[in-house]
Amino acid sequence: MPLNLKTETQIIHFMINLKNRSLVSISDYNKEEIFKILEIAEDFEKDQRQHILNNYVIASLFFEPSTRTRLSFESAVQYLGGSIIGFASADTSSVRKGESLKDTILTVSNYSDLIVMRNPLDGSARFASEVSPVPIINAGDGSNQHPTQCLLDLYSIWKTQGTLDNLHIALVGDLKYGRTVHSLVQAMSMFNTTFHLVSPVSLKLPSSVKKWIKDAGLEYHQYTELNDVINVADILYMTRIQGERFPDPLEYEKVKNSYVLENSMLKNSKETMRVLHPLPRVNEISEDVDDNPKAYYFQQAKNGVYVRQALIAAILGLKE
Amino acid sequence: MNNKRTELKVSAIENGTVIDHIKSENTFRVFKILELEESKNQVYFGTNLSSKKLGKKGIIKISGKYFKPDEINKIALVAPNATLIEIKNYDVINKSRINLPNEVENIAKCKNPKCVTNNQNVNTKFKVITDHHGNTKLACHYCEKTFPLNETEFI
Repeated sequence: MPLNLKTETQIIHFMINLKNRSLVSISDYNKEEIFKILEIAEDFEKDQRQHILNNYVIASLFFEPSTRTRLSFESAVQYLGGSIIGFASADTSSVRKGESLKDTILTVSNYSDLIVMRNPLDGSARFASEVSPVPIINAGDGSNQHPTQCLLDLYSIWKTQGTLDNLHIALVGDLKYGRTVHSLVQAMSMFNTTFHLVSPVSLKLPSSVKKWIKDAGLEYHQYTELNDVINVADILYMTRIQGERFPDPLEYEKVKNSYVLENSMLKNSKETMRVLHPLPRVNEISEDVDDNPKAYYFQQAKNGVYVRQALIAAILGLKE
Repeated sequence: MNNKRTELKVSAIENGTVIDHIKSENTFRVFKILELEESKNQVYFGTNLSSKKLGKKGIIKISGKYFKPDEINKIALVAPNATLIEIKNYDVINKSRINLPNEVENIAKCKNPKCVTNNQNVNTKFKVITDHHGNTKLACHYCEKTFPLNETEFI
């Protein structure tokens, strides 16, 4: 779909400087800075193999396992022609010997130009950014923030809808614990969004997250039935409901199939509507949806590489 | 002439600090966070005293002690809007209302057990915020979780 970027990108060409700035939380970026990253990501989508990271070393410190995020970062660095060092779990690092996070960061910052970090402790990325002499990109700090997932979600919405303004976004599934949902609500609250929140009563969006919507003076509607939102949504953002989140297993059994999207349910949805999912999916999107042109979740995962290329390039001052 | 006493008179202090207009239910919390039970100074206190402003109030007088800004911030967290009166040679040299600070550092513990401040050697830092219902909360600078001020645990 051709993008109508005029209104959005014309405003961003004043001083935006992301160089040497860590990205810890999506709230570290304002609207203009978000658009800057989306614009650079689009440039990488057109021409992915730009070897601008020659002679740069990126550290990838994953203190807990991750498949998509780690591989997508490593892929981004390799497409840019940079080198990558690091570890994929705390077991293979000096953390096992009892090294503090501060010491690990200070040491690794001697070996690299930028650190990508995932750590199970909430707030670990903010702390790392305060002690590190090189910039940090947060690849997930416990249940707190995952800003690169949020940026790739925004990129996917922008690419499929041609705008981020005035959209109807339906968020479905576990809205209580899903950190991607929380960050997306926080970011989309900057864009005059109408939110449609679909979840079991026990997994409703926390009031601390609804505060972002209220503070922006925006509308939200809460539902327990998935069918109620499909035809009004521009974006149907599906998430996984985990059985272990329910205190009562019977309660889980009651709701687990009410949030499964099947192809037939999409027949009266808007032509431009797209289905997103941060992945991995279990059974919440039936495989018969995959062939529907409205299914966008695998392209969304691919967009993650462009967005991460954009972030690395902007933070190292190699793209403006 | 009516000789019936309506007030308990407590001797004035020569030098030191009076914390007045503490909400009664908070008197012992102030006492505790300032660790006054271990103080060697003379300490007078009262609670459930009549107050025009609060209905019931608490008051604490500590002889020979002036509080540092960090300690005043601690008092502010458990007894916002109390009055701090500093006395020298029986004269009031400073009287001010204790206001909640915008930020507090290394005073309170984060209630999130998974917060980096509870697992690594990191000083805590919180923003003091007010929610839509007018409740005051502490928002952790690191893990971004918030919790009600009256549930604060101190370091």
